[in-house]
Amino acid sequence: MSSQKPPEKITLTKKEFAKRNRRAFIYAGFSVVCGFLGVRWILNSKPEDETPGALRAMYKANEAIWKKLSSNDRFNSSVARPVDGTEVRINGDIGIDTEMNLSEWVLEYESPTLKKKFTLDELKKLPRSASHSEFRCIEGWSQPISFEGIKFSDFLQAVDPEGVKMPYVGLETPYAEYYVSLDMESMLHPQTTLADMMNGAPLGPDHGEPLRLIIPIKYGIKNLKCIGKIFLAENRPPDYWAENGYDWYAGL
Amino acid sequence: MAETTEVYKKHALAIRWTHWINFPILTLMIISGIMIYWANQAYTPFIPNTFFEKLGVDQLLAYGLGIHFFFMWIFAINGFVYALYLLISGEWREILPRLSSFKDALLVALHDLKLRKSLPPQSKFNGAQRIAYFTITLLGFMQLLTGLAIYKPVQLQPLMTLFGGYEGARLLHFIFTILFMLFFMVHILQVLRAGWNNFRSMVTGLEEITEDEVQKAQGLQK
Repeated sequence: MSSQKPPEKITLTKKEFAKRNRRAFIYAGFSVVCGFLGVRWILNSKPEDETPGALRAMYKANEAIWKKLSSNDRFNSSVARPVDGTEVRINGDIGIDTEMNLSEWVLEYESPTLKKKFTLDELKKLPRSASHSEFRCIEGWSQPISFEGIKFSDFLQAVDPEGVKMPYVGLETPYAEYYVSLDMESMLHPQTTLADMMNGAPLGPDHGEPLRLIIPIKYGIKNLKCIGKIFLAENRPPDYWAENGYDWYAGL
Repeated sequence: MAETTEVYKKHALAIRWTHWINFPILTLMIISGIMIYWANQAYTPFIPNTFFEKLGVDQLLAYGLGIHFFFMWIFAINGFVYALYLLISGEWREILPRLSSFKDALLVALHDLKLRKSLPPQSKFNGAQRIAYFTITLLGFMQLLTGLAIYKPVQLQPLMTLFGGYEGARLLHFIFTILFMLFFMVHILQVLRAGWNNFRSMVTGLEEITEDEVQKAQGLQK
């Protein structure tokens, strides 16, 4: 190929060649030490919520970027709706392993404008929605699911329309053993649902009966089973897995 | 008069920097990738958990994710700088396989396996190297894309769909990682085989022209 120029050839004294090599290796050695110390500094930085501070800072930077780029017009709906009755994978039981009397269950709701307890019957009178998505676990597995219940945006609109002004939403299991927090924007996504049915059947005890959160634009860790309390907050409420080293935003 | 020697200016500064930055970053990406993979060993049920324990990469999903989503930026920026340099300098021509590269690659392989005495004439890189370096560059880009598809499957759904959906993108990301590891092993073996003069040129940029080099470069005059 004539267009190709051969590598440039130069003549050096042996002394000059040795000098250039030596200099390059000194620079290289210095760079290796700097790189090594840099990586060590990142991985050994003071932990914040069980993860090195530098990695936590990057989680937050990534969150800021993706919050800007994300849109509530995009849906998690790339897979076909599963056949009704398909079993839902059981992966976590934190917060739902206690004996609970379903008939006594109420949903506690708290915001600056409203403090109220809802029975299941009251909730069932609210407008219902159904959707399907690919449930994605942060561990790596995924599964198509369908779900039915009350969209969180509809719930808020019906019971506490002023609530949308609050930046954060916290959710807890009845004894607050498992708890998550989410940004209001994500909670208002059209697929975010307070679900009482999955794959065409009522939730069983393993899937958080009588009511759980399904939020398809987040990893499974945010999809809290068996909601005991929902509260709106000005500051970010605690989040179980974010306290244990994971990214708080966990957005897909 | 002082003794002189002839040298090639073989590797530009940009190539050397991006090459050596890539080495630890890619290693970190692969190790953290294994930490993530450990949590759900979808494709290798035959690998016992003790394997991961021995490597010390078990029970580290959160840590692995943190590392992966930190160093992905350096991996991406470094790759972008490398590609940009290749484009601007025109050096992409040195790694773009030609039609003859495939036949040459076979001859090189036979030579390296000591089944053939002579090497085909070559320019900076031989046919096998052209194919390897071009493929690995492309693969780096594909890792970026498949990684993004898994990272933000809702926001980047078209990208995810392109790779056959979420599961498809995950499988490709895994396969490409295996290919990266294979490249890595062959690359290191070949560097060891090629010797000090060749290795040194990746640090200093300069390769001394030995008898062997002259013979290899004869392809240039063609």
